Amino acid sequence: MKNLIDKLDKAFENRVRLGIMSALMVNERLNFNTLKELLKVTDGNLASHLKALEQVEYVAMQKEFIGRKPNTNYNATGKGREAFKRHLAALEELIKGSNS
Amino acid sequence: METKDQYLSEISEIKSMMERSSRFISLSGLSGVFAGIYALFGAWLVFDRMYTTDGFFYNRAYSGVYNNDVLFMIGVAIGVLILALGTGIFFTTRKAKKHGLKIWDSTSKRLLINLLIPLATGGIICLILLDKHYYALVAPATLVFYGLSLVNASHHTYRDIRYLGLTQIVLGLVAFMYIGYGLLFWAIGFGVLHILYGTLMYFKYER
Repeated sequence: MKNLIDKLDKAFENRVRLGIMSALMVNERLNFNTLKELLKVTDGNLASHLKALEQVEYVAMQKEFIGRKPNTNYNATGKGREAFKRHLAALEELIKGSNS
Repeated sequence: METKDQYLSEISEIKSMMERSSRFISLSGLSGVFAGIYALFGAWLVFDRMYTTDGFFYNRAYSGVYNNDVLFMIGVAIGVLILALGTGIFFTTRKAKKHGLKIWDSTSKRLLINLLIPLATGGIICLILLDKHYYALVAPATLVFYGLSLVNASHHTYRDIRYLGLTQIVLGLVAFMYIGYGLLFWAIGFGVLHILYGTLMYFKYER
């Protein structure tokens, strides 16, 4: 049981971070405002969690300008996708394990 | 035991976020039901004016085509479309509000664009058919193109829309085989099928 819990990714312990990653798994990329609306969090809160995911290289950011407005897009990296899949598999195992 | 519930809720949160971020789930089944009712009423208006129940199934009340009747049919079709869209937007907005979701976001934009590409193509083809007086081909063509539009749009909303689209395509193809019974197939496709799938979706997702 202890080993299984260790398999859970620390980066996804937080709900906002888990939410960001879930949304990026099924969308090629999403911009900052869309993520904000989906997760219903403040700018600062979202920015700090995105930063944390960027630091472990699970999420990549592209900045571009639409006219004069900056538009920041985020996408899940290959490393992030793998980590998310492992995290999901660990969750499933934990649920199965505590069933028996 | 508490931890198991915690993991389960984490999984269901992941699932819900994936759905909410990629699919437009505010589409209300009631919009389908009302669109179907309007379509049946429209079909009845056209039938009442132009057809009789003599003969095998039903027949044109007279032979030949009068421009007035074509205009009447187009008018009824546009009326049905406007009423259906209006009611659809009303019920869908209501459902979105109830769930605290936005009606105009990236999912609804994607849904609309992917619906409109085949739909506009079909619409233009139908205008060309009308212009060249191939009136009998218009009803089957609208069904086929509407079906293709639904299949294309279904990736961005409920899966049920995909099956509605496939049914419309099959119905449209059958209608191409039985030219002259366009109104009947039109009433089945836009009327009966909408009511059927709308009711199904209403009980599946909104009850």
